[in-house]
Amino acid sequence: MSPSTEPLTARAGGARRADPATPPVLSARGVHRRFGSLVVLEGIDIALAPGEALGIVGPNGAGKTTLLDILSGAQAPSEGSVTFQGQDVTRWKADRRCRRGIGRSHQVPRPFTGMTTYENVLVASVQGGSHRRGAAERHALGVLERCGMLAQANRPAAALTLLERKRLEMARALATDPQVLLLDEIAGGLTDAETDELIATIEQLRADGIAIVWIEHVIHALLRVIDRLVCLAQGRVLAEGEPDAVMSDPRVVEAYLGSAA
Amino acid sequence: MTTASPAAPSTATIHRWTPVSRTASGALAALLLALAFAPFVFAPEVTAKLTVLFVLVIVAAMWNALAGYAGLVSVGQQGFIGLGAYGVFLLVDRGMSPFPAVVLAALLAGAVAVPTSLLAFRLTGGQFAIGMWAIAEFFRLVVVNTPSLGGGSGRSLTDLSGTDPAVRQAQVYWLALALMSLLLLAVFVLLRSRTGASLEAIRDDPVGAASVGVRVTSAKRLVFVLAAVGCAAAGGLTLANTLRVQPDSIFGVHWSAYMIFMVVIGGLGTFEGPIIGAIVFFLVQDWFGDNGGTWYLIGLGALAIGMTLWMPLGLWGTVARRRDLELLPVGYRVRTPRRLTR
Repeated sequence: MSPSTEPLTARAGGARRADPATPPVLSARGVHRRFGSLVVLEGIDIALAPGEALGIVGPNGAGKTTLLDILSGAQAPSEGSVTFQGQDVTRWKADRRCRRGIGRSHQVPRPFTGMTTYENVLVASVQGGSHRRGAAERHALGVLERCGMLAQANRPAAALTLLERKRLEMARALATDPQVLLLDEIAGGLTDAETDELIATIEQLRADGIAIVWIEHVIHALLRVIDRLVCLAQGRVLAEGEPDAVMSDPRVVEAYLGSAA
Repeated sequence: MTTASPAAPSTATIHRWTPVSRTASGALAALLLALAFAPFVFAPEVTAKLTVLFVLVIVAAMWNALAGYAGLVSVGQQGFIGLGAYGVFLLVDRGMSPFPAVVLAALLAGAVAVPTSLLAFRLTGGQFAIGMWAIAEFFRLVVVNTPSLGGGSGRSLTDLSGTDPAVRQAQVYWLALALMSLLLLAVFVLLRSRTGASLEAIRDDPVGAASVGVRVTSAKRLVFVLAAVGCAAAGGLTLANTLRVQPDSIFGVHWSAYMIFMVVIGGLGTFEGPIIGAIVFFLVQDWFGDNGGTWYLIGLGALAIGMTLWMPLGLWGTVARRRDLELLPVGYRVRTPRRLTR
């Protein structure tokens, strides 16, 4: 797939969310998150349509990863609710949400270092996916192959490079058979060729009908995939909508570059 | 890289058993079977010593399952060892014969472990380790303050002292051998099951494990209960072997020191390591324990320090890493066509 055709594909995908009657697959309503007097999120409302790819950008400390934690169940919101497939999952822990279909990757990879790469993915396939044992073993193999990690299958996860660890994050999330995939900065440090591979993988997931929320600082990679963009700043939604429009919004430019811009 | 469907991997296959591990497992089963004939061959003093070894293997395997696989480092497992021993008294007082009582007391200790876990799992890491010690002390104090159990001065198991010593020793030996084999098998089956890999994931990163769908608390509880049953069985066997226990020794924290020592020497997080560690510890204790006193303890400490500094993977861990060996396979191997392997 040549990179130049990507934006067209992405925009074509964007047509999917045009129907306002479609209920969101995942949504957060009035989400606040406070740590003592520190306010990290202040009234976030976002909704993800089935099959949609939503990008989230924002300066450091904007609350992006905290929002992803609240969507995945790693953190509970101080206020507000999270709904998945029409069900209030606010009080569900991360493992239960994962088994129901919310997969995620972590910004700082969390490999199980005492196990091999294959065993890492197998745990996700066995516990997060809904396969019986033999099927889970084959599924984990298929995911490894899909993510280009078959050659590292028997290598201890502790011996993987940072890039391989990021790839493993993605493979583990995929092995749980997600309907919604939450990605936290997976494109940082990739070469152009690797970025192309990553984009192709994500396009494939979208073709399979998986909805995606993707936090990313590598904007050019993000813009090749997403239908819609949200910019967070200081715990609030600063701008939301068509990606190019959001990126050229003066408030977004200012949040990123400071008031001089 | 993206063209293959995840459901249909091309040519790679999963392997768990190897010719080496098949042979080793068969040899181990044969060894356990052969050990069953020891009372016909050896004097009761020998089988009494072997019973002590089996008890050590049990507690080492239990501590390894907790710490090496589930990441639950506890210095309070002696609490369950003591419960197992004193549970035998409770059951014998109600008319049960001692040997079934050892088994039932172990299962009861497992039942006690469930509510205990509700409390203990509120703590993690070092706090959990010390919290478990406090819980063990609580169990000890309950026993010390129960006059029918002999209070602080301990109690003798009189129900067995009527039997011919040689017969009794053989029976205790067989029970110890059977319980050790069963518990090792239980750990092996658990580690090979769906839960086994999840436990390792929890040990390595509980947050990451939850994020891929692992039921972290219930998996930890499963191991915690199994370890309680195993340690309590060891306590009951110790009582049956020595016919007398005192709260200060059966609930003593030295048990935790022994467990940690054996697992560290043998290899934390390997199935084989604790068994080897228990044998080493048993031999050291047997050769130097009687005439050493202080020097024996200094030697044990020096050995433990030396191992952690120069052989942090333990005896078996080092060999397994160097030779890529797994005698009793709990892991997975992916075999791919040559072009894919490095």
